[in-house]
Amino acid sequence: MTPSMDLGRLRADFPILERRIRGRPLVYLDSAATSQKPQAVIDALVDCYRNYNANVHRGVYSISEEATEKYEGARDKVQGLIGAAKRESIVFVRSTTEAINLVAYSWGRQNIGPGDEILLTEMEHHSNLVPWQILAAEKGAVLRHLSVSEEGTLDLDEARRLITERTKLVGVAHMSNVLGTINPVKELGRLAHQAGAVMLVDGAQSVPHLPVDVRDLDCDFLAASGHKMLGPTGIGFLYGKTELLESMPPFMGGGDMISQVWLDHASYNDLPWKFEAGTPNFADAIGLGVAVDYLQAIGMDVIREHEKQLTAYALGTLGELPDVQVHGPRDIDIRGGAVSFCLGDVHPHDLAQVLDQEGVCIRAGHHCCHPLMRKLGVSATARASFYLYNTENEVDVLVSSLDKARAMFGQFGPAGN
Amino acid sequence: MSLPLDDLYREIILDHYKRPRNRGELDPHTVRAEGNNPLCGDEIQVDVRLADGKIEAIAFQGRGCSISQASASMMTEAVKDQDLKDVAELVDIFKRMMHGEDVDLDELGDIEALEGVQKFPVRIKCALLAWTTLEQALDEAAEETP
Repeated sequence: MTPSMDLGRLRADFPILERRIRGRPLVYLDSAATSQKPQAVIDALVDCYRNYNANVHRGVYSISEEATEKYEGARDKVQGLIGAAKRESIVFVRSTTEAINLVAYSWGRQNIGPGDEILLTEMEHHSNLVPWQILAAEKGAVLRHLSVSEEGTLDLDEARRLITERTKLVGVAHMSNVLGTINPVKELGRLAHQAGAVMLVDGAQSVPHLPVDVRDLDCDFLAASGHKMLGPTGIGFLYGKTELLESMPPFMGGGDMISQVWLDHASYNDLPWKFEAGTPNFADAIGLGVAVDYLQAIGMDVIREHEKQLTAYALGTLGELPDVQVHGPRDIDIRGGAVSFCLGDVHPHDLAQVLDQEGVCIRAGHHCCHPLMRKLGVSATARASFYLYNTENEVDVLVSSLDKARAMFGQFGPAGN
Repeated sequence: MSLPLDDLYREIILDHYKRPRNRGELDPHTVRAEGNNPLCGDEIQVDVRLADGKIEAIAFQGRGCSISQASASMMTEAVKDQDLKDVAELVDIFKRMMHGEDVDLDELGDIEALEGVQKFPVRIKCALLAWTTLEQALDEAAEETP
């Protein structure tokens, strides 16, 4: 634990952590799927619906002005969190998935043609694979993928070979949701730019857990989800360089994204509203803004340090058990707190089911990464993932609970499993 | 919500998981079908040899959780040497049990042990995988032999 973080006090901010499951304390180790919410975020949603709920960018009356001000204020907070130069760069969307689809549909349909190459990696989440598959099939473009090494890392030499003048976009997860690997997106972006390609960073797992600065990374697009960073579900954002966003056609048409509309044509609104058709999810955006305040009050560097220590502790305890195989890098400097593992022959679903009995929540399955599972030679993994509110004691509970699974399933397991 | 794990992992289920019956491939076979559960990554292959309107032999292989594999093993024992009509009925009863309907458990024999699975909604698909794959195999066989 870092001295600058009072974990006891911090945990008290998250009411769900008081819950007991079957008489045992809730041990929530699935923050890579979704994070828990501090009371301040829950209160912000209630405050919005209770006190100033009104559609934004429309009403002349005071509560609409208040809602608009708070919604646009949330945009400023996100801008500050990721170090964007301009607020116009922040487009509110539903999720990381929607942000990537926005780029694939809008930028992709304008800029990708037959024979053009899109370079992704084998460790991408389905949300950074399928939108590009759809685009490539429609445009006759070619998909290429950086391979994942035994250690769960990417190889920059391979990237130098694969990024050519045919490459139009490089899209990479900043942090793998399965392996925890922090990828060298800054270097990849430099290679992409040297080849005249655009760099998209999937920040779903990095923005909640690391200091992320888009000016330092110099990426063209960054996508992230609010619910993984203490915010509500249903809100996320796309960061885009303004010159790119300006040049792109709208993603969806409707209210709010227009300047003037005639029966047969329309002119579009300024950035970022050009990409925000329809009534935006302002309540959840405001909640996200409060989550950003919460994270920044602690400090992203402090959160990263806490998770580093916790992950090191997990790798040193869980990872050292003779019947546990951990996937992903061992070097704590290039990985975050998503720890995928297998316990002997025990199927991850059975393991997760037994752990649930102990109040321990872990994820079991393919984690929306079918290609990576194939690469690892497994059909599924168990995954424990940490956040600022997790403790070493919770890792201990996880480790000691494995005995129950061993007792029930250990040492047997059918052949070929 | 408090569900005893013993309801799910009955001893007979763990026994079938640890010592699966009729595991492997069948050569020759009348029909082979493959099924998978995209949610969990569970995979299964079912080989069936038909003779005189009966399942003369059946084998399965695949990978997945204890529930999916035990259910497959128990299914192969239950349908072997059975008339196709009876098999269809058994598949129907099993599916209805998994969807929470009251069924005559006496009809099911050992398979009744899987009844507890329906209290764990995310695991129902695991238990059903072998059965829907068998159904698919029998449908294919029926199409090929008019």
